[in-house]
Amino acid sequence: MARTALAILIVIVAVSFFSPLIVRYGPETIDLGALRLPPSPEHLLGTDNKGRDILSRVLYGGRISIGVSFAAAVLSMSLGLIIGLASGYFSGRVDTFLMAITDLVLSFPALLLAVGVSVIFPPGIYSVMIALSAVGWASFARVVRGNALLLRGSPCIDAARAIGCGNMRIIFVHILPQCVPLVLVMAGLKIGGYILTEAALSFLGLGAQPPTATWGGMVSADRAYINSAPWMVFSPGLMIAVTVLCCNLVGDGLREKYDMENRDKIS
Amino acid sequence: MTAYILRRILLLFPLLIGMTLITFFLTRALPGDPVYSMVGERADPKTIAAIRKAIGSDNSLPRQYAGYVLLLMKGEMGTSYHTGGKVLDDIMSKFPNTLKLAVGAMMIAVPLGIVLGMISALKNNTLLDRAISMLSVSSLSVPVFWSGLMLMLFFSLRLRLLPPSGTGGLKYLVLPALTLSLPALATIVRVTRTTVLDIIHMPFIRTARAKGIKELRINYVHILRNALIPIVTIIGLDFGSYLNGAVLTESIFGWDGIGRFTMEGIIKRDYPVIMGCIITGTVVFVIINLIVDVVYHYADPRMRLHMPDDIPKA
Repeated sequence: MARTALAILIVIVAVSFFSPLIVRYGPETIDLGALRLPPSPEHLLGTDNKGRDILSRVLYGGRISIGVSFAAAVLSMSLGLIIGLASGYFSGRVDTFLMAITDLVLSFPALLLAVGVSVIFPPGIYSVMIALSAVGWASFARVVRGNALLLRGSPCIDAARAIGCGNMRIIFVHILPQCVPLVLVMAGLKIGGYILTEAALSFLGLGAQPPTATWGGMVSADRAYINSAPWMVFSPGLMIAVTVLCCNLVGDGLREKYDMENRDKIS
Repeated sequence: MTAYILRRILLLFPLLIGMTLITFFLTRALPGDPVYSMVGERADPKTIAAIRKAIGSDNSLPRQYAGYVLLLMKGEMGTSYHTGGKVLDDIMSKFPNTLKLAVGAMMIAVPLGIVLGMISALKNNTLLDRAISMLSVSSLSVPVFWSGLMLMLFFSLRLRLLPPSGTGGLKYLVLPALTLSLPALATIVRVTRTTVLDIIHMPFIRTARAKGIKELRINYVHILRNALIPIVTIIGLDFGSYLNGAVLTESIFGWDGIGRFTMEGIIKRDYPVIMGCIITGTVVFVIINLIVDVVYHYADPRMRLHMPDDIPKA
């Protein structure tokens, strides 16, 4: 299951990123003679309210939606790693302070917090990236902290200290690499959620601005025509669903594999 | 029990002070000025100064905060910068709608989720189990705004069974509640499945079976009861987040709830609205957590609350 999902995901990503080489129409080319056409051999997924080819827009939109979510995942992963490591390793006051902030972020409804952060900046892909990372780092930090706390007491860290390693060296050379697999698995499980939140923000008009194509934005812009031209809303939404589904399945697969390996280590 | 509940509610006050303090200074520390979003950036400086004075944003921050706390003590939440309406009245009129939607979604998600999760665990590794797992991953993957639109297209625009949007009675509630129930359904199925799978292999289930108790009774009395704690926890979390507003579902179905209200407040930098919504949200979360703890008390005798001096952290 996870492998099939991974294969589909790779196809989606590849097709989106090489979209300029594939599509016949520009994603922002307006054709007033071809408004709201249903799917046909000319326009495989039909055209939208401005006569733009939906297939091109879906593929170009994929670049933004996937790219932004991926960048945000990397950003929140790094932020979560740094904060979690600092919190778990130094403990005491640093820990109390950092974890208070973490819990505060976790206790807010995620989408509203993302909306709150993204309105600070002018709308666009960077504001979405910042908003997603501002919400997402906290769960990484929580997990990394727990792991760092656990590792800090382990014999290999005592050994490192005994041969005279400084704090920074212990954190970055001895603890960090041991947290990486865990964090990567978490990122795998979370990336689908990032894509959904990115789509939600674009749907609410806070993402990349028109005429740039985003999946969420396409659903939002054409929803007034849902009865007369349902294909305009159908395909971008389906793309989100399929991509997120594949991400979630791959994430589950990663976790199962990770759990299995760690069980071997323990027993 | 009553003493415990009272103490938990009293703990709400320091929490609220912390929460309002943080939100107050955070919203104001961020760039962007509510006055500009009211009259535009090129407005006459005199007008701007007049509005600043009217809403009190010409005072120093601590003084503004003190003013806000005084207002809260009088049982008010101030007025919206944009509509001029009383924030408390708005929240009071929108909250029942949000509550209705959240309860509706949970009435679909909870029974269905528990039953599907049970089936999935009892028929572990069969085709049925895989089908249910796939269904739950899918419902977690579909964007809410899209599934909502698709349901609307099918049931109200094509079949004309239900109204497409608006706030009102049961007829209006069905589609948004169904939309909102999907993600919760998925999490409930997953949590039920994993918990039940853990319990199934425990010795006391074998004992029950050895005593000749009927399978059905084992499943629903022995297994389910022991699985309740994690399920109740996850239901509480989902319910709490729905009560804080299902922004997307509300905006698609034109449902007049807290979620849309909060989002508009955030976008327009309507500070009194943001503060009011956050205070409501905090109170709601604390109450839900309290209810969850009380449910634990009845669901699992091992978790009986030891009163009065041993109070779990809120």
